[in-house]
Amino acid sequence: MPPRMPIESGVPDPFQYMHPLMARNFGAWNYHERPRPGVLCHTAKSGDKIWTVRAGTQRQMDLYTIRKLCDIADEYAEGYVRFTIRSNIEFMVSNEAKVQPLIDKLTAEGFPVGGTGPSVSMIAHTQGWLHCDIPGTDASGVVKALMDELYEEFIKEDMPNRVHITTSCCQINCGGQGDIAINIQHTKPPKINHDLVANVCERPSVVARCPVAAIRPALVNGKPSLEVDEKKCICCGACYPPCPPMQINDPEHSKLAIWVGGNHSNARSKPTFQKLVAAGIPNNPPRWTEAAAIVKKILRVYKEDARDWERLSDWVARIGWPRFFELTELPFTKFHIDNWRGARRSLNASTHIRF
Amino acid sequence: MSKPMHDTPMLDQLESGPWPSFVTGIKRLAKDEGKPYQNMMIDLLGQLEHSYKTRKGYWKGGTVGVIGYGGGVIPRFSEVAANYPASKEFHTLRIQPAAGMHYDTKIMRQLCDVWEKYGSGLIAFHGQSGDIMFQGVSSDKVQAAFDELNEMGFDLGGAGPAVRTGMSCVGAARCEHSCANEQKIHRILVNNFLDDMHRPALPYKFKFKVSGCPNDCMNSIERADMAVIGTWRDEMKVNQAEVKTFVAKKGRKYVIDNVITRCPTNALSLNDDDSLAVDNRNCVRCMHCINVMTKALSPGDDKGVTVLMGGKRTLKIGDLMGTVVIPFMKLEAQEDYDKLREIAEATIDFFAENALEHERTGEMIERIGLVNFLEGIGLEVDPNMIAEPRQCSYVRMDTWDEEAQKWFTRKAEEKRAAAAG
Ligand code: HEM
Ligand code: SF4
Ligand code: SF4
Ligand code: SF4
Ligand code: SF4
Repeated sequence: MPPRMPIESGVPDPFQYMHPLMARNFGAWNYHERPRPGVLCHTAKSGDKIWTVRAGTQRQMDLYTIRKLCDIADEYAEGYVRFTIRSNIEFMVSNEAKVQPLIDKLTAEGFPVGGTGPSVSMIAHTQGWLHCDIPGTDASGVVKALMDELYEEFIKEDMPNRVHITTSCCQINCGGQGDIAINIQHTKPPKINHDLVANVCERPSVVARCPVAAIRPALVNGKPSLEVDEKKCICCGACYPPCPPMQINDPEHSKLAIWVGGNHSNARSKPTFQKLVAAGIPNNPPRWTEAAAIVKKILRVYKEDARDWERLSDWVARIGWPRFFELTELPFTKFHIDNWRGARRSLNASTHIRF
Repeated sequence: MSKPMHDTPMLDQLESGPWPSFVTGIKRLAKDEGKPYQNMMIDLLGQLEHSYKTRKGYWKGGTVGVIGYGGGVIPRFSEVAANYPASKEFHTLRIQPAAGMHYDTKIMRQLCDVWEKYGSGLIAFHGQSGDIMFQGVSSDKVQAAFDELNEMGFDLGGAGPAVRTGMSCVGAARCEHSCANEQKIHRILVNNFLDDMHRPALPYKFKFKVSGCPNDCMNSIERADMAVIGTWRDEMKVNQAEVKTFVAKKGRKYVIDNVITRCPTNALSLNDDDSLAVDNRNCVRCMHCINVMTKALSPGDDKGVTVLMGGKRTLKIGDLMGTVVIPFMKLEAQEDYDKLREIAEATIDFFAENALEHERTGEMIERIGLVNFLEGIGLEVDPNMIAEPRQCSYVRMDTWDEEAQKWFTRKAEEKRAAAAG
């Protein structure tokens, strides 16, 4: 028998799985309201209304959890769900009377209802020790630990504006951009296992991968290997995926760093990337308490000082970075001053100074 | 009879606290007597605890795939299989969800049944690139699991130097801000490049993301090689009665502090009679005032999209935002969608020919300059592509007159076309 060839069907058509009310009013919505945290109510031009109840999940879900969510969707909602980019699940219902029982059931089953409006939504995360081949830390565990701490901020809408937090378990940063990004920062150059390089590494492509040209081919113990100019190396870890013998992860010296002010929305200001505010934070499983403490402190100050609708980036743009460091009591160091390509753009070429 | 559970004192600590715990979920699978995945999950917990203790990861890649495809399965082999043999092979299938991530419970249950039969019982909704990640399957079951998912209407996503899984926001399905048919754009773009997705042969990854408005809920500006974002070019719609209701409810100070003065281009002003004046020529469609006054304000009627290219994350020259390459195009008639598809085709062809190995579109644009890229894909320059014109005078400009003439000719043509209606 010839082998089965795949059906190259690509992205499935969503209409087959979409709540019928959404399909019927596709492209014809009028406005929305947020009756309470975790609930959206959209009104269509036709007058139809749909309520969405949003709940947090652990993203990496076992069959029992998924089937439980399906049972809830069948019994308390109308059999349809969708997921958000931040791994929240949304249940849609066509009748307001169904909202409270659905919330009660989700809460009773341990799924927090929230993540809408000015709240801290579920943290976007990557793979970490559970599945990636290059992680310096875990992802699901860090996020579980942090969301436990930020639970109240998820179920309430108490922030000046929405807060998106992301994590990344290596400096490649699959995790993405956010108002607060918690990322691994390697602090030592790779340790090379020279015995393995010749066999497993495609040396020209490793050399090409280094962003600062710190890697050179070298003969070590008579065998072709690689060497790193440690003065040049910025410890980015880019050489590790194509050459695993260039060990960058270090249980002690791979630390966490925190970056703030990333915002991809075009609302008010133009989109921004996040900036370094804290580093050298120990990578401490299973609860990463040191990182959590800094995140909570930043959130507390933001909540106290920012005005309604200011995203973290808008708030810092208004008060200035010196005040950010003052209010958060985070140390400002030489490492906060950019020295990468185009760094001058980030220097203060004015007398604009707040005293 | 299953093997004994490993001690997991560190992971156990992740079972406390109010947020749902993935550890509790995995443990349930590990205690699922008689299931094919039980031992695999027992050893997965063992290996994960080992990672927590030693603060290191123990997976390495390899090659695993399905017949007919070159990518989409993420191979994982354990480096500590001697201690945790049952999770020695723990591969992931990246499966593309329906655009907008909609499900009914019937299809969710079917997805679960497949993963109960062949996989680990652990599924991530969703990965950061938008795939459903079916995590944990041994090499001998990859093909059977994929075949069943594929027969149900699902296809593998991208991995490696390929077109990757795309993402689109909920948009027109439930969002009044939507200025585009996100799911249609998403499906047209990705489904046109399935060969480039399933048989990785590009210099590096290429991602499409679609957002229905400038709120950009899909973060396409920062993370997509080609970002398509809905917008409009006529006047935003103002329901003055609703404006007055809003002012009456919230007060003038609130409206001035939170709407009027927050407009980035000072395009708003509150009239003495509490109606709103909008200077639409200076509105940059940032969405802020519409986000605040959802009932009173909405995008205009002349809708279309802005296209930006070159967004990406850190490796190798640092994070890059997408750059505007098409300030506005209509997406109404089939020809409009065809044109968008052709632009994507020209871009991927140009990328395939001109990018260096392991170079993203944004890095290629930085290396060769935006103008060369635009010429390569056949787009005209436009002042909307820049934040400001050149500052440095070190440039050779001996074809200035010809370039200026091009601009005048184009403007004259646009005027004629507009007059012809
Ligand atoms: C061996 C190397 C790598 C592995 C195993 C890996 C793994 C992953 C995984 C599992 C995801 C989530 C995928 C999904 O959910 O569909 C992801 C996403 C991502 N990866 Fe990687 N990755 C690797 C290398 C890189 C590199 C070199 C870059 C740098 C440019 C990178 C940038 C990203 C980004 C930006 C995302 C998020 C995608 C998005 O939201 O569009 N990854 N990666
Ligand atoms: S951030 Fe790095 S370690 Fe984490 S999943 Fe992505 S590539 Fe892997
Ligand atoms: S860690 Fe980065 S900078 Fe250092 S040698 Fe490797 S690729 Fe180069
Ligand atoms: S990007 Fe705009 S259209 Fe899409 S979901 Fe977000 S707000 Fe709605
Ligand atoms: S959409 Fe933005 S730019 Fe336009 S008027 Fe409203 S606040 Fe101003």
